[in-house]
Amino acid sequence: MAVQALDAGRPSIDWQKWALPAALIAVAYCLIPAYASSYLVEAILLPFLALSLAAVGLNLLTGYCGQLSLGSSAFMAVGAFAAYNFNLRVEGLPLAATMILAGISAAGIGVVFGLPSLRLRGFYLAVSTLAAQFFVQWALTKFGWFSNDNPSGVISAPHLVIAGFSFDGATGRYLLSVTTVILLTALVWRLVNSATGRNFIAVRDNETAARVIGVPVLRTKLLAFAISSFIIGVAGVLWAFTYLRTVEPAGFNLDRSFQILFIIIIGGLASIRGAFLGAAFIVVFPLALSRLGAALFGWLFDSGVLDMSQRIVLGALIIIFLIAEPNGLSALLDRLKRRIGSRSS
Amino acid sequence: MTFFSHLRKAAIATAFVLGATAVHADEQYFPLQSYRVGPYAAGGTGFFGGFIDYLNLINIRDGGVNGVKLTWSEGETQYEVEKGVEVYERLKSNPGIAAWNPLSVGIAYAMIDRITDDKVPLITINHGRTDTTDGRVFPYVFPLLLNPYSETSGIVNYIASKEGGLDKLKGKKIVVLYHGSPYGKETIPIYELLAQKYGFELSQIEVPHPGNEQQAQWLTIRREHPDYVVLRGWGVMNPVALKTAQKTGFPADHIVGNVWSNSEEDVIPAGDAAKGYTAITTQASGEQYPVVQEIVKTVYGAGKGNLEDKSRIGSVYHNLGIVNGILNVEAVRIAQAKFGNRTLTGDEVRWGFEHLKLDPARVEALGAKDLFHSINVSWYNHEGDGYVTFQQWDGKKWNVVSDWIAPDWKLLRPIIEKSSEAYAKEKGIKIRTAEDAEAVVSN
Repeated sequence: MAVQALDAGRPSIDWQKWALPAALIAVAYCLIPAYASSYLVEAILLPFLALSLAAVGLNLLTGYCGQLSLGSSAFMAVGAFAAYNFNLRVEGLPLAATMILAGISAAGIGVVFGLPSLRLRGFYLAVSTLAAQFFVQWALTKFGWFSNDNPSGVISAPHLVIAGFSFDGATGRYLLSVTTVILLTALVWRLVNSATGRNFIAVRDNETAARVIGVPVLRTKLLAFAISSFIIGVAGVLWAFTYLRTVEPAGFNLDRSFQILFIIIIGGLASIRGAFLGAAFIVVFPLALSRLGAALFGWLFDSGVLDMSQRIVLGALIIIFLIAEPNGLSALLDRLKRRIGSRSS
Repeated sequence: MTFFSHLRKAAIATAFVLGATAVHADEQYFPLQSYRVGPYAAGGTGFFGGFIDYLNLINIRDGGVNGVKLTWSEGETQYEVEKGVEVYERLKSNPGIAAWNPLSVGIAYAMIDRITDDKVPLITINHGRTDTTDGRVFPYVFPLLLNPYSETSGIVNYIASKEGGLDKLKGKKIVVLYHGSPYGKETIPIYELLAQKYGFELSQIEVPHPGNEQQAQWLTIRREHPDYVVLRGWGVMNPVALKTAQKTGFPADHIVGNVWSNSEEDVIPAGDAAKGYTAITTQASGEQYPVVQEIVKTVYGAGKGNLEDKSRIGSVYHNLGIVNGILNVEAVRIAQAKFGNRTLTGDEVRWGFEHLKLDPARVEALGAKDLFHSINVSWYNHEGDGYVTFQQWDGKKWNVVSDWIAPDWKLLRPIIEKSSEAYAKEKGIKIRTAEDAEAVVSN
């Protein structure tokens, strides 16, 4: 399938490959800051960007390297709380350094909880990563130091300043988010197309065969955990600092881990584009549905009944999607493109 | 037939809205981040039901506040922070917002920066961030009636009154059973402080979330043989605590619940085990109060009542919603007296809240005598010296068993100021003075 697509698109491949990302970046940096409403930025784009980045991170681990993890929101929490503490305790630390250090902290925790992957696979590994979920949440609640002894354990985001410019406004936070997401996504894209990325896929497809052809399996797995947790940790910083502006340990519960896992399953495993499509689906679609429901039936039912029916519709749609295209939205998009292509030729 | 009647209603409503915008009638709008779905729906439907019922009463009976109609719309949050933020961003563009009332600590925290930028009050009645009591640092946040520290002091004062005075607490033993969450842990230092001050023995035991297994904790309690157990619970933890207490033989009438363990939803699932259990509240339950009676007559009589289950009228959460409605409406009324009978800006309503003084006589005039005691908010004190009372569950309903009790505000204020000043320093906030509080943004 991949070979086919390559052959068909060869003459114009470079133009096609770069046109869409370039257009998206142009929209992200020119149109949105100029025209988007504060609702679009605050309620849709900021959570979308943070969750997309987390999904890119998890996709690296689960989609590319085949290691199932349910600890994503724990790594997000580590990133968020680490960033808060670095910022609070190290005077004059630049925001970029704070974010990188937060990512490194999350990577460290990720490697520790990735160690069972050396012996466990599949669902057994998923269950062992649950430990990360419970341990991190427990530790953050138990030790007041992490939240600067705030009596209620909830921390609030500091001022976001880079090189003297304040990024506290909605547009500023959006630009900060979008730049971080683009940079890290570009790095991941480079990585999956490198020898390391091919090692990831080799480990996923057949561990024994990978070992036979000389892939260092243990190192590859731990590297996947480290890089994936780094990215998810930075996503946690975005979630806490640019989107909610506040963090409590309970906000990073198991539900969030599942949400990120569903994003990559719905969007498409082993696909960077899939992470974004899945996040868009999970963030935007329920909102659109709820607006539509309220507009059509708002005068008939109260908001509780509406919300319940939206969940049913959303669940049904996910089932239909996955039956129609088990490889996710990304594959669905490919199929659509091919169909349009074959019709026009 | 019903469909057509709905259609007619919609047509009339549309005509009304169009007409209203045509004449630019003055309206004051309440955005409601309600939760009628999810694990906390019982609290959400009761509280927002009571709030809406009171707003309806003012509209139907008085034609609004001095002719200014009260309007509202709801957004479902399921008690989730992200949904609360989404609803905030969606509803904040509506004109004439009076105040936000999320009834969720998590959502309130996420809104503090946002509403401070927008200059609109955020009301966290009976809960919220304790140090927002300090109006010098948090100009727009109001933990009205009771913050968690005052609650702690109120409970200890109640136990003292049962024992015959604060000096009788010496040598007594109190166990605090708290929910293993930031909320549950928030009052640990305050209980320690009070134990030191009054010389009672204290032991604080954690119940991990969600708290549906408490055998170990109650065996420890039995060994320690305390005089009182304070239940600082949440959700399912409360009925389980009462049932386990019964199993281990600890008497329910020596268990005192906090403000999140005081509703019908906390005791009914425990059945007989809850008989005799006492809990703190800022608003008594029952429907005998004139204002609740008027709501039954005027609002429910006109078929506009918000509660689907009418037996919940006068329940703890419903009455909390009604009291919350009274406080919001009176703040608007007080602000109108200064700025004129028109749609007010958020900052003008903030001024109203900072002058929200309802003495017992005014509370009686509002038909709420014995429903709640009084409130006395200032620019400096955003809690407003709320009094607490205690209700005992007799198996069917709550009965008030104490006078109105004052928490020891003087003792708590320095602790609150220490925390709020640290926050001001961390965020680079300039500490407000009385003159700053009088400067109001009107458009």
